[in-house]
Formats: sequence, C-alpha cells, structure tokens
Amino acid sequence: MAARLGRRGFVGGAAVLSTAALWAPRPGRAAIAMGFDEARHLLSRVTFGATPAEIRAVEALDYAAAVDRLLVARQANALTPAPAWVSEGPAELREAQKASREKKGVHGKPLEIVRPVQEQARELRNWWVEEMLVTRQPLVERMTLFWHSHFTSSLAKVRYVPAMYRQNELFRREALGNFGRLLKAIVRDPAMLIYLDGGRSVARQPNENFARELLELFVLGEGHYTEADIKSAARAFTGWSVDRETGAFLAHEQAHDAGQKTFLGETGPFTGDDIVAILLKQPRTAELVVGKLWREFVSLKPDPVEEKRLAAILRNGDYEMKPVLRAMLLSPAFREPSVRGALIKSPVDLIVGSVHLLGLPVPEKTQLVRMMQGLGQLPFNPPNVKGWAGGEAWITTYTLLLRQQFLRRMIEATTVSSMDGNVAPAMRASRRAERTEQASAEELMQPPPMAPPPPIEGRSLRNARMEARLGPTLAGIDAAELQRVLLPCKPIDGAVASGPPGAVVALAMLDPAYQLK
Amino acid sequence: MTRILLLVELKGGNDGLNTLIPYADPRYRQLRPGLGVARERTMQLDEHVGLHEKLAPLMESWKGGDLAIVQGVGYPNPNRSHFRSIEIWDTASAASQTLSEGWVARAFGGNRLPQGLGVDAISIDTNSLPIMGPELRTIVMQEAESFLRQATAMKGGAEISDRGNPALRHLLAVRQEVNAAAAGLSDKLRAAPAPAQEYAAGTPFGRQLDLATRIITAGVPVVAIKAALGGFDTHAGQAPVHETLLSALANGLATFRRNMVAAGRWDDVVLMTYSEFGRRARQNASAGTDHGTSAPQFVMGGKVRGGLHGAQPSLADLQDGDLRHTVDFRDVYSTVADGCWGKVAGFGQRPVQPLGFFA
Repeated sequence: MAARLGRRGFVGGAAVLSTAALWAPRPGRAAIAMGFDEARHLLSRVTFGATPAEIRAVEALDYAAAVDRLLVARQANALTPAPAWVSEGPAELREAQKASREKKGVHGKPLEIVRPVQEQARELRNWWVEEMLVTRQPLVERMTLFWHSHFTSSLAKVRYVPAMYRQNELFRREALGNFGRLLKAIVRDPAMLIYLDGGRSVARQPNENFARELLELFVLGEGHYTEADIKSAARAFTGWSVDRETGAFLAHEQAHDAGQKTFLGETGPFTGDDIVAILLKQPRTAELVVGKLWREFVSLKPDPVEEKRLAAILRNGDYEMKPVLRAMLLSPAFREPSVRGALIKSPVDLIVGSVHLLGLPVPEKTQLVRMMQGLGQLPFNPPNVKGWAGGEAWITTYTLLLRQQFLRRMIEATTVSSMDGNVAPAMRASRRAERTEQASAEELMQPPPMAPPPPIEGRSLRNARMEARLGPTLAGIDAAELQRVLLPCKPIDGAVASGPPGAVVALAMLDPAYQLK
Repeated sequence: MTRILLLVELKGGNDGLNTLIPYADPRYRQLRPGLGVARERTMQLDEHVGLHEKLAPLMESWKGGDLAIVQGVGYPNPNRSHFRSIEIWDTASAASQTLSEGWVARAFGGNRLPQGLGVDAISIDTNSLPIMGPELRTIVMQEAESFLRQATAMKGGAEISDRGNPALRHLLAVRQEVNAAAAGLSDKLRAAPAPAQEYAAGTPFGRQLDLATRIITAGVPVVAIKAALGGFDTHAGQAPVHETLLSALANGLATFRRNMVAAGRWDDVVLMTYSEFGRRARQNASAGTDHGTSAPQFVMGGKVRGGLHGAQPSLADLQDGDLRHTVDFRDVYSTVADGCWGKVAGFGQRPVQPLGFFA
C-alpha cells in the first residue's frame, strides 16, 4: 500500500529527497527556475496530467534538469502485480476453455458468463489502467502506449491473452530504451506473429501480411519500398512461429525459405534478422519514428527541419530513445508558449488524467476501461494495424458529447467517497458468476442484489459551496491556481476562476480547453 | 427527386470470389482446393455464377428484382494497402491521386444542398470519409438516445475565437455542428416508430441498421447514411469467419429491405455495399486469402433494376495472381449519384460509362 499512497513519487515526497543530489545543477551552470506554467506544460505532455503538488515539485528546477529527471527510468517492470495467468501457455488456456464449457449450472445448462479469454482480457486492461494510475514513471507508461499504437497487435485477433501481456512488458522495457532492440524483438514477438499471420507463413507459401505492414506502417512508410521488397521480406520471415504449447517464439528451420532474396537493393540468403538490420540502415526508419513522436508529444503540425535534426540524433545515437526524447523536449518548438494547449487529449489522457487529478479512488477499473472504449481507445484493441489515428480524429460529434458526459460523471463523483458505488457493474457480474453455480433457476431470473451506493457527500461540484470537499490532490488550492492547473490556456467559455473551489473545478473541466493539453 | 443513399462498408477487403462464386469454372476449384465453396452450397444466379448459401436472405430481394450485383468492380493500378485503398474508394480518386473530400460530397460539385435540419449526412460508423466535405454537414452518431441526451446537455456556442490554435478550432467546429444538428434532429428521432422487424440483437451492425431505419422513417432529410460491417481481412482460417460475416450481412440487408417496404420508403432509398479490395484468387497456406483487387458490389432499392451487371473477371486471365477488374468503381458511383440525386457526376474517369441498374 505504501507505493500506492506515495504514487507519482517521482515529483514529490521520498523519491525527490533520496535522489535530489542527482539533479542538483552542475557547478558553474546557473539553474533557472522554469516556473509554474512551463512546469505544467512539460508534465502535461509527458505524464497523464499533473496535480498542483507535482507541478510545484518541478517548477523551481532548471528546465533541462527537470527533463533529465523525467527521463530516468528506475525500474523496467510495472509496479502493479501481474494477473495470475500471464505465464500460462495456450495449452493451459485451451484446457480452461474446455473446462468452462463443460462446467454446468444447476440444471445442466452451460454457464455462459465464465469465458476465460474475455475475463483475461478484462483483467489485462484493468491491470494496465491501474499501472497508469500508480506508476512513478508516467513517461514510461506513455511510451509503452506509444509503442502499442505503433507496433500494433489486438486482442480482437490475438485470442491468447498472455502474449499481449508479454508484448506490453516488452514495450515497457524498451519504453525509454532502444528502438533497434525493440524492432529486433517485435519481429519475433508471439502476439505480433499471431496478429499479422507471421506464425503461419511458410517457405512454400509466404504470408505477406506482416511484411507489408512492417514496411508500410512500422518502419518505412508508403512509397519507400516496392511490392517486390514485400515479397522478399515475407520470404525472409518464413518459419518464424509460435509454440502451440508454451506460446513462446519458435523458429521452424524446415519452413524457412533460405534462398537468395533481394531487399531494398541488397541481395543475400536473408533471414528476418537480416531484414531488420537492413531496415535500421535506412534513413526513413528514424524519420518515421520521429514524425510520430512529434505528433504525440509536440504538435499536430509537422516541422520538417526540426524533425530531420531529431531523426539524425536517433539514428546516429544507435537508436537510443533517451537522447532523441531529450532533444525533443528541449526543442524551442516544444517550449514555445503558443504550443500549450495545441494537442488534443487522448481518451486515456482524459480518463486517467482526470481520475489522477481529482484523486478519485477507483478500486475497480472496468468502468474506466469502458469509458476509454466509448471514446475510441480501448487498450489492447487498436482499431486496426495502423493504430489509433489520434489528433483531431479523437474529437467527433459523438466522442465530444461522450467526453462531456464522462467528465460530468466524474465531477459528480468527486465529492463521493468512491466511483464504485455508481459504476462497477463488472464486479457485480463476476460475483454473479460465482453465485450462479449454486443458484436455482428462480434465483437466476431475479436481478442480483446490488450493494447500496455509498453515501454522497455534497451532491455535485457544480452546485457545491465552499465547504464541499475536494480530494486531497486539489484541497486547499485557491481558484486562480485551480484554473492554471486544470487548463493549458485561458478558458474558452468565460470566467472560471471565481466562486467556490468545487464550482471552479467543475467549470474548468467542462470548458473546451480541458480537452487540450 | 432525391433518394437517401445508405453506404455499407465491408471493412478489411471482402473476398469477392467466395461471395459471388464462379461455380462453373474448374479453375476456381484449382485455385481454391480447400477454401472454394462447393457447388451445392452455391445459389446459382445464372450459368456462371452463384451466391454463397449464407447470403440466402438476399434471395427475396433478388427474386423481387431490386438487387443489382455489379461484378468485377475495381480500378486500374490497384493498391493493396487497406488504408490507401479505402481512401481511394472513399474519395473516388485515381490510384495515383490523393483527395481529401469524400465522393458523396464531390458528387454535389460545390452546389449547396437544400436546407433541411442542419444535417446532410450521418455516419453511424467510425469512418465517415465518403460523406465528408466542406459542402456536407456530416455528423457521427452511434446511438440515437445518448446522442440526443448529451446534445441537449451541451452548452450553445456563440462566436468564439479559436486563438489561432488548430486543435481548438477543430474542437469548436465540432461543438457547433453538434448544437446545430441536435436542435433539428431531436424532435424527429424521438417521434420515430420502431422498425417493423427487429434487427439481430446485440450486434453492432444490427444497431447501426436500426438507427439508419429510424432516421429514414422519421423523415430526416439526409442525402446519405454510412454504416459498416468489419472483419473481412481473412488472411487465415477464412471459411468460418467469412460465412458468419456473409450471414450477418445478408440478414441485416434483408431486414432493412422489409422495414423500408413496410414503411413505404423502399423507393426512396438506395443501399450500396463496398470494400477496399477483393482478395487474391489463389488461397494461401493458412486457409485464408491475401489482399487482392476487384470484387462484386451489391446495390439495392425499390427503384433499382435487379440482376447481374458488368462482367465476371476471368480466372484464366489473372494479372500477377489477381483478378482484372471489368467495371471501374467510379462508374458505379456515377450511376448511384444519378439514381439518388439526379446528377450525372464524373469522378475523373474517362469516359463515364454509366451502368444500367436504375429503372
């Protein structure tokens, strides 16, 4: 529990004290405090949103020192304990499915509620959302999500859930690591082999799906390769597959096409690793990754000159991620005050950020995941192999309405002890699943008894008076500062910073500027 | 005269050869030894081709003479990228051309539409590109009730500065659209009767068609509605997946037709399916098919002249393993545009060769 209480320790409390010496300005270089608004801007782009205390903890730092500090990845693994099944192989999953099909309810009817794959998928998503909320290194989670949307795989096709967990571990390990190493690992990643049919590609008949998306979406981009390059790459990757018992990577030598291939102008008896090595020599590779980073962290407007400079840093630095991220965050284009509020929050930003900012206790994450799904970003289910389009595509007439509705719900819940009373049908569903085994048919017809919602302390922030209790993250902050914390720029719909704090928070969150970061 | 066009996108690339099956051609069995559909599971339409048996619900429309099947639709220099190819279809561009405006918007060629309820086109799917354009006021709505409830709760917006921030400009434009659209739609949709026949419960496609039905029967004067059925990218283990999809498609379309007939609106509606490409003629080693080229399209409606149109591509004359298209998709669009909105619009194809599927 200590970790949970001290969440986001990277900017406050023990973590700061213990490692403060590392970040002390070097002698001879004047440290200039960046100030509140720039601290807010930096954190809003590299975390899921920052509380007043988190902003205060960096505002006095020199900007470059703060960036260096954000780029320290202290641990490679998630804080949140992994679901119990992540080391199970497909064989065990098949057993579990068989067992659940055979398990009968009291009157011999199969129980429909217990579906192992769906249940694992739910636990996996909840696990990640939990990690986004408790992590001490939000930039690592942001980059994990970035790689997930770049090297896409989806549970819609990968029905073997542990493989998606392991892929997520890989993204976290390389979040601030090395792109070359990540690329070498992802081409033999079991979830990827399943998602893009690589696992079924054999010398006799290569399946081109993976090779095509690798070149078109993951590494080079359309127009930088030919159909013949796709065919050669597909042949080079033949034989790489997934072990049906363990779910681990497996190379079938006899299914590999060991013949000569010509790929991007080079000829040889290439394997998948050779293809990766050739791709890492292409200037386009770093350019494509940097273009996506730019859109994710800096601006929706490309800046060809600056992106070229950053791509060179990535390529010349042997594809290490930290130098390029550092250069990007230090870029004048990132620090320019006019880019504050120039990005649109993703559904994950909006949901995780709002829960974090309001300090809402949400022990059961299913409802948060549903909100993300409604807004078009269901973790582990990107819409297609291109990943989430992001940017302006996040906001349509439909999602804008839904965003406002979810925010209103959170505002209503802020002065409530927890969101669960109102919004945790999934937990009730699983309790019902357990009950069903002993329940009679008559009982099954009845709706399950619902726990009474916890008492509501103060109806809504909107109508709240001075005495309305804000969560610990926002309590005691005056109206003017609340506005500066919640919004990246001046409010759009008029004055926010007057009136009782509860009302200020409600107005700010429903202002269109709250959708921006 | 203007008819409402209901677009049904089959996402992922529908396998045309297992939809409209050249059952009489021995080459079909050679190319698809495991995946080919057996002759007895084919509903023969003429001496060459037949529909997959899972499409049986469409036979009511076929026999009623209002189901046109356009064979061999594609375009020159086909692109096999999902994203690029659907963009080509959605914008009616040439393979070498990038356009940002949807083809339905282009069909109006800059002419203002008659002022209706502040909404010209409604997307019930996440991809609304074909109905996007500066002249069309398009809104995305996935569920009618929540749309209306939330729209009412949103604040009205007067003229507000976007401060030179494109993200904010987009946000404010969307909000303005919602306000304008919701004001006009809410009364109409609330009064809409339930469809005469229910759609398959609990499926996204069923819900989409239900909403499309209500929009039409409520008399909302839109030019187009966009829906979609996803999952057609069948690289591996194709047969069971594809059969489920064909069955969902046929049941949905047949129910839609009955509902339109019951509401007396079938003559006012044209439904068209399309997909980014067909699939490779030869099956792959994973009992699936890879990205290909041409495929058939279905066009339905009370004023549609049913039957087979265009020519089935030859399996004896493949190009690099793929079917050669016999009909340019832009000619299908021109014909549909004429049948719906009375405009003979070309989309850059020369010459424009209209197909005869309107009576």
